[in-house]
Amino acid sequence: MEENKGASACGSHGCSHSNGGCGEKFLNPTPMLDELEKGPWPSFVSGFKTLAERTKKPMLRGVMDQLEYSYNTKMGYWKGGLVTVDGYGAGVITRYSMIKDKIPEAAEFHTMRIQPPPGLHYNTAMLRELCDIWEEYGSGMLTLHGQTGDIMLQGIDEANVQECFDKLNEKGWDLGGAGAGMRTAVSCAGPARCEQACYDNLELHLHALRHFVGQLHRPEWNYKIKFKFSGCPNDCTNAIMRSDLAVIGTWKDAIQVDEVAVKEWIEEKGVDALVNQVINLCPTRAISLEDGGMKIDTRDCVRCMHCLNAMPKALSPGKERGISLLMGGKNTLKVGVNMGSLIIPFMKMETEEDREKFMELVEEIIDWWDDNGLDHERIGETIERVGLRQFLDGVGLDVDINQVSRPRDNPYFKAKY
Amino acid sequence: MGIVINGTTIETDENGYLVNLEDWTEEIAGQLAEGEEIEMSDEHWSLVKFLRNYYDEYQIAPAVKVLTKAIAAEKGMDKKEASEFLYGLFPKGPALQACKVAGLPKPTGCV
Repeated sequence: MEENKGASACGSHGCSHSNGGCGEKFLNPTPMLDELEKGPWPSFVSGFKTLAERTKKPMLRGVMDQLEYSYNTKMGYWKGGLVTVDGYGAGVITRYSMIKDKIPEAAEFHTMRIQPPPGLHYNTAMLRELCDIWEEYGSGMLTLHGQTGDIMLQGIDEANVQECFDKLNEKGWDLGGAGAGMRTAVSCAGPARCEQACYDNLELHLHALRHFVGQLHRPEWNYKIKFKFSGCPNDCTNAIMRSDLAVIGTWKDAIQVDEVAVKEWIEEKGVDALVNQVINLCPTRAISLEDGGMKIDTRDCVRCMHCLNAMPKALSPGKERGISLLMGGKNTLKVGVNMGSLIIPFMKMETEEDREKFMELVEEIIDWWDDNGLDHERIGETIERVGLRQFLDGVGLDVDINQVSRPRDNPYFKAKY
Repeated sequence: MGIVINGTTIETDENGYLVNLEDWTEEIAGQLAEGEEIEMSDEHWSLVKFLRNYYDEYQIAPAVKVLTKAIAAEKGMDKKEASEFLYGLFPKGPALQACKVAGLPKPTGCV
């Protein structure tokens, strides 16, 4: 409690100015960090300073000092450890200082990952509760949202973690995923706020969350595995790049064309715009100009979404909608960056049975990976190592022409045309 | 840091894990468990012994996956039941608490 001297001394003679206490600033000088405040862009240093001067939390001062020290020595000084709450094997990311002898105030600065609701739909009451609890037990600093998709509550002592979690949990919040297990899933705005959504990705996200909540809190697989749910091929969650299980909305039949709206669009923007901005930019040349209007050849359409985005009123996804499942997307480490490749071209996702069926399939897929994968091996790497055929046999899926990512380029093969 | 047994201080790291693994005795394990607010039952002891045997053989603590599977096979449970069972014994996770009581080094990784 010694560290709180600055704050209590200030409070004792009732000085109330907001930046700094008693003529002297609460924070120590940080000339290197101050450089980061220059320039036209917002600076985390300014935010950090404001928060520290307002809350007088020694932890914040310590972290500033340590970062300043890091900039001088060009070294990082955080190390991991293990902190968790009762019944959970994951969710708190530890940061212990390696130089706590030098800067005792920065000794611990752990992060609590908190799961956001599907589609990131909050109400202000819940956010206020979250912020109040966090300022009481932690540093008061948070990130919306980290790359994991979680709300990152950054900066708490181990001693406060359990109580902070209990308070948050009472208000309906839960920890996110970490370690070698199911991770926090991410979904786009979905049908709640977007006309392009081809399935209810928010519902499916919630379903997956409930189904895998055990494995999310208690990691016990080879390595991490991530779901992302995008409502349409625009893939606003970046599922294909950043998730092992990319569930992306799609449709089977033709793009729906509203002829009246197409006419209005052409009247407003002209035929030039139709040709230059829509027809010529179709990657598979599936659109042609016909009688001053447009004609789409569905056979050639690859659902890239360009024309739908350019003409949102006139064009919309087809009527027979569902999902595609792509697997194996991941960032660097081991075999490098991979994009997901198509495993299930189309699956309906409308009823509770559809969702249940999907979960059973994913369960099967993960079981296969759990049995056949190596330690620290993402599912995409396992599939690449043993071959797609082995994987499909292992989980009982049929081979499909759509799983071929590109046709062979054999010079001795001549196609008829 | 350290824990005191019969007047001797046993050295531990800042998170309470034994520094010298050969210091471990059942008495120390009991005291470590007490620090974690765990009452050791036969089930606890058999898990701790499993961990120590595994460590003796492979010089590394088993991955949670391996531990869960071993428990599942031994008790005839499925993996989910085995996980529940493990967390029932060590509520803060087998990696964190069971390894500490068994005198194994602190597991690493972002969990």
